[in-house]
Amino acid sequence: MTDRNVPLVQARGIVKRYGHVTAIDHSDFELRHGEILAVIGDNGAGKSSIVKAICGAIQPDEGEILIEGKPVRFSSPIEAREMGIEIVYQTLALSPALSIADNMFTGREIRKPGILGKWFRMLDKPAMERFAREKLNELGLMTVQSIKQPVETLSGGQRQGVAVARAAAFATKFIIMDEPTAALGVKESRRVLELIKEVRARGIAIILISHNMPHVFEVADRIHIHRLGRRLCTIDPRDYTMSDAVAFMTGAKVPEEAAATV
Amino acid sequence: MTNAGGSAPGGQDFEQVLDHSDARVAQFQRRRTALDRVQHLLHNNPTLVAVFVLLLSLVAFGIVAGERFFSAFNLSLILQQVSIIGMLAAAQSLIIITAGIDLSVAAIMVLMSVIMGNLAVNMGVPTPLAILVGFAGGAAAGAMNGLLITKVKLPPFITTLGTWSIFFALNLWLSGAQSIRSQDIDANAPLLKFFGRSVNVAGAQITYGVVLMIALFVLLWYMLNYTAWGRHVYAIGDDKEAAEMAGIRTDRTLVSVYALAGLVCAIAGWASIGRVGSISPQSFYEGNLQSITAVVIGGISLFGGRGSILGALFGALIVGVFQSGLRIAGVDVLWQVFAIGWLIIIAVAIDQWIRRVSA
Repeated sequence: MTDRNVPLVQARGIVKRYGHVTAIDHSDFELRHGEILAVIGDNGAGKSSIVKAICGAIQPDEGEILIEGKPVRFSSPIEAREMGIEIVYQTLALSPALSIADNMFTGREIRKPGILGKWFRMLDKPAMERFAREKLNELGLMTVQSIKQPVETLSGGQRQGVAVARAAAFATKFIIMDEPTAALGVKESRRVLELIKEVRARGIAIILISHNMPHVFEVADRIHIHRLGRRLCTIDPRDYTMSDAVAFMTGAKVPEEAAATV
Repeated sequence: MTNAGGSAPGGQDFEQVLDHSDARVAQFQRRRTALDRVQHLLHNNPTLVAVFVLLLSLVAFGIVAGERFFSAFNLSLILQQVSIIGMLAAAQSLIIITAGIDLSVAAIMVLMSVIMGNLAVNMGVPTPLAILVGFAGGAAAGAMNGLLITKVKLPPFITTLGTWSIFFALNLWLSGAQSIRSQDIDANAPLLKFFGRSVNVAGAQITYGVVLMIALFVLLWYMLNYTAWGRHVYAIGDDKEAAEMAGIRTDRTLVSVYALAGLVCAIAGWASIGRVGSISPQSFYEGNLQSITAVVIGGISLFGGRGSILGALFGALIVGVFQSGLRIAGVDVLWQVFAIGWLIIIAVAIDQWIRRVSA
């Protein structure tokens, strides 16, 4: 097994420039095994950019990224996915007209064994449906009527559930979640938060990008505060209040570096 | 996820009240009319409209035009008449499912039939080789459309409007605007007319071209529904950005769709030689639009991601049945065109209506 003391993800001195704009300015980043790391920051602070750099959606100009101690350079999120890194996008990346099972397996479908699969490239629909049902069950999401129903017939929370279940089913290292509760009501947000904790309980680390302070403080083990293109500090939510966190990320208050960096 | 789960430990204070909350969400008055049910059914199976219209028109023309319409011979004639446009509609369906459109399908088809004819009849190239060159040319022409759309990022409509002209001009140049006569084909390359041959089944003339069209539809239907590639084609038409994020190499898939459509057009080009008898650079000038007509009447959404390719077959058959029925009933040709026009408008209106379905 891997050494749990080596951080799951470690990024050092990441820089990304777009012309005159520096989106990431010598930023560091660290994700530990099995934790929920929340990433917060003001609009335009570059929190999405740093996370995109880690999953290969953008390629940094400088700096290095280590995953379990080994340097990596992803040219796309698809490459990151092959290493067991999954992303739940804010837009969910689901195809509305396709079924839940089809959506769970988009881009990694299972083919039938033998000649049917090899020569006729026939999909093993029963196997995919069985797997999808299993995964939704595990996460307590089986209130949908049928695994074959199109995603467009689901509620917002159910769709979020399908997207999270897809990521959880295939992630072996960590999952990036971009604003998973932003579009949801109170009850549905609660379900998604429980879902996030459930995924952590399975030993999969999570990077949670969110603006919602109560949600962040509830589920996060550590909070990465991003300001002006770089990591300002990482705090333990038990040591600070939400107002502290907001003060740090807006620059109203400066963290004591030694105490703040957990 | 209707279970509120509010009692879970660690919830926010304000959420504690959820335990006692009303578990209902906003509800609509569930007074489903028969019309709602039809709308839902069609939303799940848009091809049903085409099947229904086809059956209805068969019955209607059977009554109006009688025996002459409903004979085995006439029905098989309808199949022959729609076979070429049917194949073009199959190619067109692939593209419309990706939310694109291809105005150049018939131009590719005629160009490839001219290339096959030039090589085999005029230049003495072995016919099978000439046919293979035509197939490769069709795939290349389609791939060119696909590359312009994905790499140069041009809209499909404009791209294929341009390549339609380009392919048509090449076709006139290569053929010298001259037809290749039927006798010359028979003498030098009879294989080019293979799909014009037929078998007689109880009075029905089933050409190999008709069999080929049906085989192509079945094959493409299988590919679209039972392979990963097919699911990706639908996902791209549904929401390209989402498909990309979910891990589909959308550009590569799109180029493969256009190339495959080009290949199907080239196959239709071979079959068209058997159907028409000669090779004419001026033939099928309206084929591009007729293929779109069949696709639309077949219930495939122009917005992409919805509808079955088999719908395009039914769409082509509906057009064929209308033309045959109205002709036998002695109605002027102009009213056939008039009727097809209304069919298109009604089909698109139905598509819009079923897309508005309340989930």
